[in-house]
Amino acid sequence: MNTSSLIQSVTDRFRDAVLSSHGWRGDATVLVRREFLVEVARHLKEDPALQMNYLMDLTAVDYSSFGKKPAPAFFSSAGVAVRPSSQIPDEAPWPGPPERSRYAVVYHFYSMAHKHRLRLVVPVEEAADGTVAPVDSLTGLWPGANWLEREIWDMFGIGFRGHPNLKRILMYEGFEGHPLRKDYPVNKRQPLIGPVN
Amino acid sequence: METPPTSKTTAAARTDPAEIETRDMLLNIGPAHPAMHGIIRIVAKLDGEQIKDAEVEIGYLHRGFEKMAEVVDYNGVIPYTDRLNYVSPLINNMGYCMAVEKLLGISVPERCHYVRVILSEISRISDHLTCVGATAMELGSFTVFLYLIKAREFLWELVEKVTGARLTVTYCRVGGVKADLPDDFEGPCRKAFAETRKVLVEADGLLTRNRIFTDRMNGTGVISAEDAISYGITGPFLRATGAEYDVRKDCPYAVYDRLPFDVPVGTRGDNMDRFLVRMEEMEQSMRIVEAALRDLPPGPVLVNPETGRPIPAAEMVDLAKMGKIEAITGGCAVACPTLGGSGRDRHPSIATDEKRVFLPPKEDGYGNIEGLMQQFKLVMHGHGVRPPKGEVYFPVEGANGELGFYVVSDGSGSAYRVRVRPPCFAIMSALHTLLVGDMMADMVPTFGSVNMIGGELDR
Amino acid sequence: MPKEPSFLTSRLSEAIGWARKFSIFQYPFVTACCGMEYMATACSHYDVDRFGAGFPRFSPRQADVLFVVGTISHKMAPVLKRIYDQMAEPKWVVAFGVCTCTGGFYDNYATVMGIDTIMPVDVYIPGCPPRPEMVLDGLMKLQDKIQLQHATGTRPGPEARPDVLEP
Repeated sequence: MNTSSLIQSVTDRFRDAVLSSHGWRGDATVLVRREFLVEVARHLKEDPALQMNYLMDLTAVDYSSFGKKPAPAFFSSAGVAVRPSSQIPDEAPWPGPPERSRYAVVYHFYSMAHKHRLRLVVPVEEAADGTVAPVDSLTGLWPGANWLEREIWDMFGIGFRGHPNLKRILMYEGFEGHPLRKDYPVNKRQPLIGPVN
Repeated sequence: METPPTSKTTAAARTDPAEIETRDMLLNIGPAHPAMHGIIRIVAKLDGEQIKDAEVEIGYLHRGFEKMAEVVDYNGVIPYTDRLNYVSPLINNMGYCMAVEKLLGISVPERCHYVRVILSEISRISDHLTCVGATAMELGSFTVFLYLIKAREFLWELVEKVTGARLTVTYCRVGGVKADLPDDFEGPCRKAFAETRKVLVEADGLLTRNRIFTDRMNGTGVISAEDAISYGITGPFLRATGAEYDVRKDCPYAVYDRLPFDVPVGTRGDNMDRFLVRMEEMEQSMRIVEAALRDLPPGPVLVNPETGRPIPAAEMVDLAKMGKIEAITGGCAVACPTLGGSGRDRHPSIATDEKRVFLPPKEDGYGNIEGLMQQFKLVMHGHGVRPPKGEVYFPVEGANGELGFYVVSDGSGSAYRVRVRPPCFAIMSALHTLLVGDMMADMVPTFGSVNMIGGELDR
Repeated sequence: MPKEPSFLTSRLSEAIGWARKFSIFQYPFVTACCGMEYMATACSHYDVDRFGAGFPRFSPRQADVLFVVGTISHKMAPVLKRIYDQMAEPKWVVAFGVCTCTGGFYDNYATVMGIDTIMPVDVYIPGCPPRPEMVLDGLMKLQDKIQLQHATGTRPGPEARPDVLEP
């Protein structure tokens, strides 16, 4: 199935779950609500027309400082978006990050039988006191999601409901904070031994 | 009254199965271990020699690649990508550059695609050589390791001829490659391949029908295709189980759809099949490179029709610094491809013509104001390659499987988020299922065939 | 105050230094990309066995030179320190690769900025990764150091890091 028919089939089936969709640069992308994640994922895996048997990747993005980098003082009119080439046909701009949510958990699915890919974006809000809304875990459908979700917990602090063993995977136990969040400075070190250099 | 235990009573108690108390032994195969390539920690619960459970702990080489990618600009991420899968650095470079090119929506010249494919395949061969060699070494065959590393040295000398570095090459750029292949590339390449084929024949003779090797590799570390797919495993690991998925065939990129090659697929999913798949893949990679060298389109080599005179690059730079631009505006400089990059003559064949992405050739950068502006806009802090806002995912076939780059751009000079989908992360998350049921000594070949590369696993 | 060296003791020191420097039992603590160049140095093309250092000993009790090869993250640092503490004197440490010398270009939350913050280092071999010729040069410098150690009786300690680097 090509990009638009993929998006169409998912959107038709889950009208109330899908927030928006696009096919920017040929990647079929669908934004779904947090609560419907497991249902949509199960449909993607089991539906014979889709047969997305691979959960290729599971990652998250912190959109809190999106678009906030200062533009250069001179020549600000030049050096903006490069025109798409003839091989990549679409001209519509990217819709932008999900509104009103700080994080987005991004799932990439692939079907070995049909050779098509789909990206699922789940916006995750952060409350005013800093608690992050939990997302349902997909370890029941794909055991490979186990470590991927642990990594998101480690790096971003997004919790997954129903995960058997949600603890840090890349950082060590005594580490405080979640390094890939935009408010964690790059070189803030918390050494176990040795000086803070 | 209880009789004090005598040797007779305790001996009787020892042989009665209901009375014997057993406990599993926890063996910590710690981060610093000779047989583990790279640093991970496996806590194995052993019942005698059999592994009942294994807990794998990673993260000892986490170097913050994704955080650094947000700090430096788009071209500055490329040295960090070299160090991801450090045995096949060119594949990582290529994957990242192609992802950013997809984000930008530009395409590179065809010759550039061929050059990238040739070097990727050479990288893949050196990765498989290292993996097979290290596995063989741990099973006692030090000779095979030395032979395969000898072959790898020939390939690294070849890579050094093209890129200037043996291991961490930083060869691809967003929009092209650093420099074209040197003119005398084909001869040494064929010689290196002849040596590699000789070495592979020797290794095959020493290992494939060797009773010691096959007994340890057959039937150990078995995984079924469904399990492998549910863990997200791709690459030679998956193909050894029987499922046929290769990104180069199923979702072709660069010029792989025009090059003839086969994808070896195993049947049983054990260590022996993985070894055989890797050995055959090396032969197929060499086939790809030879076909690519045959089909390599000659790049448009620009020679100024008026003067047609090449000058050495250093002389050109000296003249430009002294302001004697008239002497060099017409000529094309001859730059050393490994050090100086490329002159104006080769530039159209290795780089996209999109001015906002790739640096100008040196003659233009020193010679005229447009080139200088292009150089300034790309190099100065605060400027640089600025893709439109968006997100892309681009998969390439790494040596371990599907290596995907997910890049999110917010329109500024450095990436907003770069995520690399590491192929061996999926394989390592399935390691505990591979180890359970086997004996402790089977951990060594199983782990060797996983080809865990710490830089890629922990990033 | 060391005794005045006599003819016999200085010859003995030389002999001990010679024997030690040509029978190096290295512990290659390999973590990252430099490990590939370490493998290349140890193999037949750039043979390190001709220096007598061909046999890696993977137990810290049996090794005398600790080659720290590749980036050390903060998670790995306690393990490295423990391995170093377990080694018996005389022992030397070689920082192989720029990540172990100064942290390399990984100036972030995860990397130790130079292993000399946690243990004394004898020879620094910079490079990312260093070419095998550089590794052999560093090994020869280490051999010079080993030769002198018994004679002078002192072991050069770690150079104090200047205070200006402290936050």
